Amino acid sequence: MSEPVLTARGVSIEYRTAPVVRAVRDVSLTLHRGEILGLAGESGCGKTTFAYGLTRLLKPPAVLTSGEIVFHDRGGEDIDVTALDGDALRAFRWDKVSMVFQGAMNSLNPVITVRAQIDDVLTTHRPGMPRAERAERAAELLRLVDVDPSRLDSYAHQLSGGMRQRVMIAMALALEPQVMIMDEPTTALDVVVQRGILREIMRLRERLGFAVVFITHDLPLLIEISDRIAVMLEGAIVELDTAENLYERPQHAYTQRLLESFPSLTGERGDFVRTGEAAGPVVRAPASDDQAAATPALEGTA
Amino acid sequence: MGTLEVRNLVKDFRVGHGLRRSRLRAVDDVSFTLEAGKTVALVGESGSGKSTVARTLARLETPSSGEILLDGRPVSGSRNALRAYRHEVQMVFQDPFASLNPFHPVAHHLERPIRLHGLERNREGVTARVHELLERVQLTPAETYAAKRPHEMSGGQRQRVAIARALAPGARFLVADEPVSMLDVSIRLGVLNLLARLQREENLGVLYITHDLATARHFSDEILVMYRGQVVERGPSDRVILDPQHEYTKTLLAAAPDPARHGRLRDEVRAELAAS
Ligand SMILES: Nc1ncnc2c1ncn2[C@@H]1O[C@H](COP(=O)(O)OP(=O)(O)OP(=O)(O)O)[C@@H](O)[C@H]1O
Ligand SMILES: Nc1ncnc2c1ncn2[C@@H]1O[C@H](COP(=O)(O)OP(=O)(O)OP(=O)(O)O)[C@@H](O)[C@H]1O
Ligand SMILES: [Mg+2]
Ligand SMILES: [Mg+2]
Repeated sequence: MSEPVLTARGVSIEYRTAPVVRAVRDVSLTLHRGEILGLAGESGCGKTTFAYGLTRLLKPPAVLTSGEIVFHDRGGEDIDVTALDGDALRAFRWDKVSMVFQGAMNSLNPVITVRAQIDDVLTTHRPGMPRAERAERAAELLRLVDVDPSRLDSYAHQLSGGMRQRVMIAMALALEPQVMIMDEPTTALDVVVQRGILREIMRLRERLGFAVVFITHDLPLLIEISDRIAVMLEGAIVELDTAENLYERPQHAYTQRLLESFPSLTGERGDFVRTGEAAGPVVRAPASDDQAAATPALEGTA
Repeated sequence: MGTLEVRNLVKDFRVGHGLRRSRLRAVDDVSFTLEAGKTVALVGESGSGKSTVARTLARLETPSSGEILLDGRPVSGSRNALRAYRHEVQMVFQDPFASLNPFHPVAHHLERPIRLHGLERNREGVTARVHELLERVQLTPAETYAAKRPHEMSGGQRQRVAIARALAPGARFLVADEPVSMLDVSIRLGVLNLLARLQREENLGVLYITHDLATARHFSDEILVMYRGQVVERGPSDRVILDPQHEYTKTLLAAAPDPARHGRLRDEVRAELAAS
């Protein structure tokens, strides 16, 4: 495996609310240069919180209670991310590490055009870039994500949910960072467009060598695109392995259940599907086999 | 038997300004009928007009032409008629980050429809209903989530609040735009089964907009496939998925992620680059 680009050691994050939410518990993770690392796990398990920790985006009441995060810059310099502030922090975000937020649909500025927004990123971080070059770059970025450059003159509300997501992906690519953290970046994309964009991202990473942390609940998707996959449960990483191993030989009971519970597209209707019974299956870390037996709904999926 | 019908819906938007002003046809002659107790899934290309159809059903957009009929009758524009309509036709919006008011706790969002409907007279009754709704969407312990504000919750948790809010008493139709896109598979199936149960017990008619073809197949009676503003294919859900007729539907099905082809996309791209 190539050298590390981002290392997290023993990271714990709490929301100091009443009651306190221990969202991330002692997570250690190494991201390697050029790697696509998938991060999967059920809703509310702490994925977004961890991503915010990695990029120093946590706001009160969130507190990083322990751990270190080190960015290994291309030049060989190690940067202590937890100690960054002011201009150094701003330069770090976007330039070295960019992020596509969950709810990207809602994170575009509503009052300026897509063009103005991309231009903003470029003028701030690439002050020397001539206007014509910026315009060309903006169009090129939209083409990368399969959005017609004529949409540069649109405002967010004039775009569909998936188009907004794609614009946010384009902006995260704008400065060719060394790490991209993408939090549920494709929830509003049909599978054809999704595949096209993922293909583009993978092509770019072969060329530019950036690493990606790809957060999603969509395990089948992760298995197709990731080099390694980390599975998170209640704030902790419970399994970390290559995509192949995780699919063929999932170790943790939770991973096994996640893989089993996907309804098959063309196979038989699993008999638990559309039962309309109870609240449906709940996947939890089983304390014992009895408990596993208590959720039979997850078994026997096609 | 109630119906909610979309008849020959066309929606144009004006885009650009000055000389570059032009017209964009987002929805191009779309017709379908939601029936009580049935689910219709609307799938298709990103940008093909699905949310515009949903927003028109929610009366947030006015049709350029065509109409919306509830039980065969057009809905009048009067405030009262609109209020009654919005109660009978509930909506889950695509973006849970934008559709919940950040200043109000979850309880507030869920109490309103209960009070408006006059179902519960006292505080305890309302609170009990709110907790029941939260439990139904697996946000437990309910007291904890009732007190949280939307921005104190994860994406999937907000999505479930939006769903719980739409499960208002007395609703007859539910238009749900990507209601479970941020939910992992177990909770997703739980929520969809909850809708299936309401359908059976309360005869709810559902429009389920999704990019998830597997749940579209398993949880709906009929699937409509949209492409560039038009419905290009429609039929019983098994038929559309197992025996697609239109080229676009075939392309869509071929692109669905499949764990059995793991590493495929990654390796494909590597192989392509190595060859070039
Ligand atoms: N500002 C906040 N105050 C209190 N609790 C919070 C806050 N933000 C998030 N939480 C809680 O922290 C936990 C982890 O949330 P996080 O957003 O990291 O989950 P997630 O894994 O990204 O989930 P999803 O897949 O649903 O987006 C959740 O239980 C959530 O309710
Ligand atoms: N208010 C608006 N003004 C101008 N154009 C709009 C407006 N709302 C939507 N559009 C355009 O209408 C088309 C259909 O958008 P819509 O949001 O209905 O797509 P969708 O099928 O829901 O896509 P997605 O799957 O990405 O959410 C898009 O080209 C979009 O840019
Ligand atoms: Mg999240
Ligand atoms: Mg939409």
